[in-house]
Amino acid sequence: MKKELNLTINGEAYELFIEPKRLLVDVLRNELGLTGTKKGCNCGACAACTVLLDGKAVKSCSILAMQASARNITTIEGLADGPNLHPLQQSFIDHWAFQCGFCTPGQIMAAKALLDENLKPTAEEVKLAMDGHLCRCTGYNMIVEAILGAAQKLQQEAK
Amino acid sequence: MIKDFKYFAPKTVEEALTLLTKYKENCKIIAGGQSMLILMKQGLIAPKYLIDIKGITTLDYVNYDKNEGLRIGSLTTHRTIETSPTIRNGFSVLAEMERNLASVETRNWGTIGGNLCHADPAGDPAPVLIALEGKLKMVGPNGERTMAVEDFFKDYFETALQADEILTEIQVPNPPPRTGTVYRKFSLLEGDYALVSAAVSITLGSKDDTCSDARIVLGAAAPVPMRAERAEKVLIGKELKDTLLQEAGKAASEEARPIADMHASEEYRRELVGVLVKRVAGEAWERAKRA
Repeated sequence: MKKELNLTINGEAYELFIEPKRLLVDVLRNELGLTGTKKGCNCGACAACTVLLDGKAVKSCSILAMQASARNITTIEGLADGPNLHPLQQSFIDHWAFQCGFCTPGQIMAAKALLDENLKPTAEEVKLAMDGHLCRCTGYNMIVEAILGAAQKLQQEAK
Repeated sequence: MIKDFKYFAPKTVEEALTLLTKYKENCKIIAGGQSMLILMKQGLIAPKYLIDIKGITTLDYVNYDKNEGLRIGSLTTHRTIETSPTIRNGFSVLAEMERNLASVETRNWGTIGGNLCHADPAGDPAPVLIALEGKLKMVGPNGERTMAVEDFFKDYFETALQADEILTEIQVPNPPPRTGTVYRKFSLLEGDYALVSAAVSITLGSKDDTCSDARIVLGAAAPVPMRAERAEKVLIGKELKDTLLQEAGKAASEEARPIADMHASEEYRRELVGVLVKRVAGEAWERAKRA
């Protein structure tokens, strides 16, 4: 039996009518066409599906869409400001922090949550914040460097 | 594939209890769902009615009273416990345990109560709470009751929680003076489930440095978190030294009841228990000396 669900995603309001068993990742990708969020393992092990819920990084494959009601959701689509990439996105490009790109949206969203909380993380703090994210391509070092690079850029912008 | 269910999102404990009583064994509670949804996706459980209690905000709190100790609401997220200044300062072993529980994403949404009710034998919070002599409060149609965390776990994924009850609070008393508690787990990746784990609490005597109490709790070494009582007896009443810790480790590895699975053989788990108990007891002893 479908139920009404109101979601706020990247600042926009959506009215949906869905079965309560639907997962957030599927509603984002299918009903809303926001396919930037990827489904890697579908069992909560890879964090490719990470989005922000009220600013907190969560795995969207492990949350019922109904639980996102009355929360602010941010997906990878919500990061760029028109044609201007977010410093994290630019930094991932500059540091070669992706190859196939499948894990990348989830990595960037988690990194954004980290930097929103702590603009001066150490490499160890970056690794701890990101340790749920699996990447088969890069070997991870460039991802850490990209996040530290973006932190530097954001610190400068804050001045 | 998750099977269809009828969904309710009560806003109060009373509403939730009414629903539990009405739908009895056909319903399950979901909080953060970080463990539940995995089982539901695999078709291992398929409740007809799902009671989503994540919205009951009155169960999300961390309170401390200098006489009563720590009181944590069952819907408090792992992340809240990990970062709480109250917990970091007074019960740091809980924050340390949370820090290495899964990943930040799981901790942001998953709750301590959900973790305990899921009762995975490899779960991290249970051994720590047992070492800390924690208690659990649950509420049902007949009122409230409290039990030791140690008595809550019956078997793999089975607890003493009745079908019409909700876990509401985790209670941790103030540790006795000169007590140190440490938790460590062996896992292949940071944040992974434990291959084996150990929570050890050492209390030193008020007059001298003999061990007046030891609580050694093993995780992932039995169907439920288990007290390694023979290992504890090796230490209690004695002056601690390395050879004694070694002996305690050996006793723990003999009384443990680990399984063999694709992650580790029974023999390897026993070996790990021996090493871990010795190591963690040593750390707890150091912490007790500085307490």
